[in-house]
Amino acid sequence: MPQETDIAWCPGCGNFPLLTILKNALRELGKLPEETVIASGIGQAAKMPQYVDAHMFNGLHGRSIPAAMGIKLANRNLTVIAESGDGDIYGEGGNHLLHVARRNPDITVLVHNNMVYGLTKGQASPTSEEGMKNPIQPDGVIVEPFNPIAVALSVDVPFVARANVSDPAQAKEIIKQAISFKGFSVVDLFVPCVVFNKTNTYQWFKEHTYTIPESYDPTDRVAAFRLALETDRLALGVLYRNDTRELYEDRLGITDTPLYEREFNEQAFQEVIAGYR
Amino acid sequence: MSQFSKDISIVIGGAAGQGIQTVEAALMRILKDAGYGVFACKEYMSRVRGGSNSVEIRLSSTKVPRRAYVRRIDFLFALDTVALEHLRWRIGEGTTVFAEKSDANDGKVGRYIDTPLLRFANEAGNSPLYANSVALGVILGVLGVSQEAAETFLKKTFDRKGEDIVVKNIIALEKGYDFGRHTAYAEGIEVIVSPEEEKKDDLLLDGTTALGIGALAAGCDFISSYPMSPGTGVLTFLAQHAKKTGVVVDQAEDEISAINAGLGASYAGARALVTTSGGGFDLMQEGVSLSGMIETPIVIHIGQRPGPATGLPTRTEQGDLNLALYAGHGEFSRAIYAPGSPAEAIETMQHAFDTADAYQIPTFVLSDQYFLDAISPLDTGDVPRIPFARHVTKTAKDYRRYVLTKDGLSPRGVPGYGDGLVCVDSDEHDESGHITESFDVRKDMMDKRSRRLDTLRNNAMMPKEFDNCKDAETAVISWGSNHGVLEETLGKLGSVRLGGLHFAQVFPINPEVKKLLKGKKIVIVENNHSGQFADLLVRELGVTVSRRILKSTGEPFCVEELVEELKLELTTDN
Repeated sequence: MPQETDIAWCPGCGNFPLLTILKNALRELGKLPEETVIASGIGQAAKMPQYVDAHMFNGLHGRSIPAAMGIKLANRNLTVIAESGDGDIYGEGGNHLLHVARRNPDITVLVHNNMVYGLTKGQASPTSEEGMKNPIQPDGVIVEPFNPIAVALSVDVPFVARANVSDPAQAKEIIKQAISFKGFSVVDLFVPCVVFNKTNTYQWFKEHTYTIPESYDPTDRVAAFRLALETDRLALGVLYRNDTRELYEDRLGITDTPLYEREFNEQAFQEVIAGYR
Repeated sequence: MSQFSKDISIVIGGAAGQGIQTVEAALMRILKDAGYGVFACKEYMSRVRGGSNSVEIRLSSTKVPRRAYVRRIDFLFALDTVALEHLRWRIGEGTTVFAEKSDANDGKVGRYIDTPLLRFANEAGNSPLYANSVALGVILGVLGVSQEAAETFLKKTFDRKGEDIVVKNIIALEKGYDFGRHTAYAEGIEVIVSPEEEKKDDLLLDGTTALGIGALAAGCDFISSYPMSPGTGVLTFLAQHAKKTGVVVDQAEDEISAINAGLGASYAGARALVTTSGGGFDLMQEGVSLSGMIETPIVIHIGQRPGPATGLPTRTEQGDLNLALYAGHGEFSRAIYAPGSPAEAIETMQHAFDTADAYQIPTFVLSDQYFLDAISPLDTGDVPRIPFARHVTKTAKDYRRYVLTKDGLSPRGVPGYGDGLVCVDSDEHDESGHITESFDVRKDMMDKRSRRLDTLRNNAMMPKEFDNCKDAETAVISWGSNHGVLEETLGKLGSVRLGGLHFAQVFPINPEVKKLLKGKKIVIVENNHSGQFADLLVRELGVTVSRRILKSTGEPFCVEELVEELKLELTTDN
């Protein structure tokens, strides 16, 4: 990131600690800027790649996941992260989360979940709690919140985790595991919005979360569902991990040669057209 | 005695599931190989079984090839009663109808020949399903073309279904063939179109296959798309050849995902394609705008069908030119191609990829149902090829994706190739690709993205002049799929007053075109309701369009109606 960059987040924003966490995670994993791509959508969370030393694809609202998948399929040597907020990934791009999970490309999805819309100024997000007052529902949210963990488990996202930026050490470890995981990994990150969400504050997240005990078996999908359905206190850690799913790249037969290095195969071309004689 | 010379129009009608496509494929292959000029087009309903569909096959000499739809039917093979009623409006005095007697409705125009398609089918295989092979035999018998090639074709086609099925089909074919020979003799039907030398090496291409071959010739690396008629075929084609060619094929969950995945792949250096129809393209528009902003190439194939909304899903129209022209919010450059023949499809698809890469813009290829399904031959040696170039630069440490240059084009780096970082942003961005709200940078970037349009314009494909357009007082213009019908119509009229001009690139328009049109009356033929290309020509060149010949019923133009329309040009004084 250029030195003079003026970071566009509000003072006290949860994105600041996450920026540090992500940079440390990438550094500790030995991921060089030139071999890492961060694709993002739109919103305050989606500005993350503006401030990280890596390739950046800052695309459209809700579309970081398909873009990230396209990048990965074109060059599987790259480490590819899709990063955006809860409105972007769970709302606008919900369909992509469901169906790219089914394909299982080796990309990591980091979702800044602050349970509110920031950049559009305080409206409800898919994860806003029922009853939260906001400009569009002055009497409070009247729809059920989206449960990202349960949804991810239902489509067998093979790596499902949740972290809280208030615990940087744990969040960094979880992100490192997610990036290292071979397959589609989703990390729901509690990142408080200090301007528009006066309920789900740093304090609230501390009081409403707990770390999954070490005895927990993350390969047990049913147990993971049980944790996902808890509402009083929310589990932090790796909720589910399935190392048996084959990668989309492998199933498509994609090799290590990036597509831009692919040479024109005249013989194959001639064979194809000969079939239409 | 009735003689059929010059060219013959054979129509086979039946329900979906009766196998008329097999008859079409067999006839086209056999007649092409034997040295005839051939062309086929089809119309069908939006259903999987039943309904009434038809294929038209035109048989001609290769010296005067026909590649357009005609209303006239010389030989009609109706596989059921519904087909006969469905096609009744096209039956004229010169039509010979081959149908079951019960279907033959005495007293109507045309000659009816009681053809026991079902009896033969049952005798051959104890199933009405063999009626199509009977029909194939009858056609070959009437035409006097050896049935040997048909046997080979049936063996190949039904091989995987087992020997029993192959044998039954061949018996059905033979029964039909004998009937056809005898009938032609008894009825005095004489076909005197004679074949030239054998054309076994010629390709037989429908528009879909030609576009797919064009994409492969262009070095297409990646396609992500969602099925939608009639654009699906290009996706299917590439999927079928993915293993051999290495194209990565992804079936997307929706069109939005398709184009965003395409742009991701393109950003990472792949040559990416999406294929859809107008309705699916509506969903892709945000991606077109993104392509314009991040200067990342993408090729978009729109197989047009009649809209608005679901419209007529399996019919044809050229109604989405404006859609392609104005798709995506904001202002940026683009190019739009519209091929009119398989050769042009192969050529323009390569131009679309090369232009997208060279100018870092979205490019479009517009086709339509009629074009995608129409089949005609192409000499293998005439497959157009454009040199393959990647247009990708190795980056240095200080690489900036959007460095300002004289022509507005910055060297395109891709992540992982070189030491630099490739940053692209849908927000307005500075030279490094990072978000900015500087009005000065905004101005520079807007100019940068627009400036290339001049070069694009000056390098745009020139339209093809035909029928001595240079000396004609009236230029009759086609774009896309209407090339064949206009060519045949002008040939039929044979007037020095009318010349043809066909556009295979419809945007931008080369300024040189104005010279071609100077002093000429302009008539435009379009398969839509308002004359979208006419509007574009007026806007781009400031010319006056005298007449728009339009059709938006969901059917293609037929030669007969265009002849009538253009005769008016010859009877009115200018």
